[in-house]
Amino acid sequence: MHVQSMHFKSRAAMKLADARLQRNLGAFADKVITARAAAIAELDDFEGTRDAAVERRNRPLANLDAWLERFEREATARGATVLYAQTHAEAAHLIVEISRRHGVRKVTKSKSMVSEEVGLNQALGAAGIESVETDLGEYILQINDNEPPSHIIAPVIHKDRDEVADLFARTHGTPRKTEIRQLTREAREVLRGHFLSSDMGVTGANFLIAETGSVALVTNEGNEGMCTILPRVHVVLAGIEKVLPTLEDAATIMRLLPRSATGQPISNYFSLLTGTRAPGEADGPEHTYFVLMDAGRTGLLGGEFQEMLRCIRCGACMNHCPVYQKIGGHAYGWVYPGPMGSVLTPSFVGIENALDLPQAATLCGQCSVVCPVRIPLPDLLRKLRERQVERGLRPWYERAAISAWAFAAVRPALYRPLTRIGARVLRWMGGEKGRIRSLPLAGGWTDHRDFPAPSGRTFIEQYRERKAGRG
Amino acid sequence: MRVGLFVTCLVDVVRPEIGFSALKLLERAGCTVEVPTTQTCCGQPGYNSGDAAAGRALAKKVIDEFSGFDYVVVPSGSCGGQIKVHFVELFRDDPDLKARAEDLAARTYELTDFLATVLKIERLESDFRGRITYHDSCCGLRELGVSAQPRQLLALLPGVQLTEMNDRTQCCGFGGTFSIKYGDVSGAIVDEKCRNIRASGAEAVVLGDLGCMLNIEGRLRRTGDETTRVLHVAQVLAGDA
Repeated sequence: MHVQSMHFKSRAAMKLADARLQRNLGAFADKVITARAAAIAELDDFEGTRDAAVERRNRPLANLDAWLERFEREATARGATVLYAQTHAEAAHLIVEISRRHGVRKVTKSKSMVSEEVGLNQALGAAGIESVETDLGEYILQINDNEPPSHIIAPVIHKDRDEVADLFARTHGTPRKTEIRQLTREAREVLRGHFLSSDMGVTGANFLIAETGSVALVTNEGNEGMCTILPRVHVVLAGIEKVLPTLEDAATIMRLLPRSATGQPISNYFSLLTGTRAPGEADGPEHTYFVLMDAGRTGLLGGEFQEMLRCIRCGACMNHCPVYQKIGGHAYGWVYPGPMGSVLTPSFVGIENALDLPQAATLCGQCSVVCPVRIPLPDLLRKLRERQVERGLRPWYERAAISAWAFAAVRPALYRPLTRIGARVLRWMGGEKGRIRSLPLAGGWTDHRDFPAPSGRTFIEQYRERKAGRG
Repeated sequence: MRVGLFVTCLVDVVRPEIGFSALKLLERAGCTVEVPTTQTCCGQPGYNSGDAAAGRALAKKVIDEFSGFDYVVVPSGSCGGQIKVHFVELFRDDPDLKARAEDLAARTYELTDFLATVLKIERLESDFRGRITYHDSCCGLRELGVSAQPRQLLALLPGVQLTEMNDRTQCCGFGGTFSIKYGDVSGAIVDEKCRNIRASGAEAVVLGDLGCMLNIEGRLRRTGDETTRVLHVAQVLAGDA
């Protein structure tokens, strides 16, 4: 996907001004936060389960090459083909090649954020292959001129029912529906034809199970089954970090994933797909391919950002992020929004192409409180800020301000008179009401709120006087 | 008991009266309190802006200034979190300073945590009266576990009527330099906080951090709310509000 993260500020401003989006985002956050809290409270031992999940994600990451080889061996033994892609372009190329080899004219896709990274629909389209999104949210976005998703599990959460009703009437040429049930039925009718005429299904992977060579898929709509069982060919496109050693690992993580994501104790569907259709079996693909993609992931291995690779893509961090709640996912400008996206995007597309993302966070810490695999997101965001400074990527005036402040703050003999003067100037600026309505160099503050003016004399100078008086 | 009071840079310049309220609370509780007058800032603005060197320089200064005290008390969860959690992280590659940072962390408390947990205060001299709501500051809550302590202390005041607001643990949108760099996003977040404060029906919002305080007060006043008071918990507990 084309990176737009350098336009974060202007995109965020646009989203803040969009009253309809604000309403939709507010309703979503309230619902999903309440649902998650209730589902987590049902667990006997959330913290213990989290610890176990962290361990079960850390184990394969510590020896990723070995576990990938194990996965490849097991998957190959069951009739699948395992391919590796170093870049997004390579992954797209491999999938186009697979399509050509099998004479594929139509692809049906289950929801996959990695395919958004790759820009798979565009790549297939350029090769003359029709690619149809079959997740309801993704389908809505695709027929809306290939709009990108704004959330990793609820891709169309920025739209409300009325917008979808208008879009369906316009695109399908049918009378406008108002009930969600009618709208989903209409989508289902359109998609059914695609499922039946599809040559190849493409899915992502929630987990790759090394001991069995299986892919595990967590979904709610049933479209994934139609994509993996009906067509002749099944392609799994996954990041290399998705591997788990055992089925038991997946079972532990599944106690947390749906609960953290949607507040469900278990998703409507959990598919474990292993190998190709065996002789005598009624369904399943004749050919199964795994395209395992790096595209920046190995750059996180063994470094201070490795913990990010534990991510199980539940979306809890963005659901609970005060910034995401106000601007939605599109403002972030690439595939992954919210706190996890603000770590992944600079890591995958280049720190210099997403300078705002690590900065656009209050570091309130709620993301790490809810993260089921304890990724220290605020710490990682802060480390990215440090990398920006080290690489000279911050604006000169910001660096000058911080350097000047730090220079004075370590020199009390300089700092004391400066703060005494500052307190007096600010008091004067505050006038009678003690409020400053405009501050030079801090317009970002005063455009949106007053700055309460100081009373004029610093604590330290008053404290010294009191001490002198007493003494 | 010798207590060093780290007043914080924002209290020093913008709201010195909060420092005196904190001082009063500690002295009334029988502590011998000293305020090292060379103190400036805990270094958090630099640290959070990606300037780890500035963060380390100020951390070292704080460690030196507060080495001799039994306890160090901070009327701020955010600066308290910097000292208790992040100083150690800043010196992870320097065993000597890391050990000193750990020692300081073990002696450092956020004000209400110190009053409730260490001093186990059961009586307060404050005639504060009014309907209040309490905003949980992010660092105090999530880095230091400050949540029950201020409420427990406020419950000692017969004149206080506490009504919790909706989403009381939600960030106010301050975020240090975030509030200047992304003023519009920050403004939208604090706007929601202000709506929740007003909806609680409280006459005053009480909190424990200067950043949130200036942010919330600034937004309330800008949007025409002249009456909702914004108070630091130290002012209420000391009877200075």
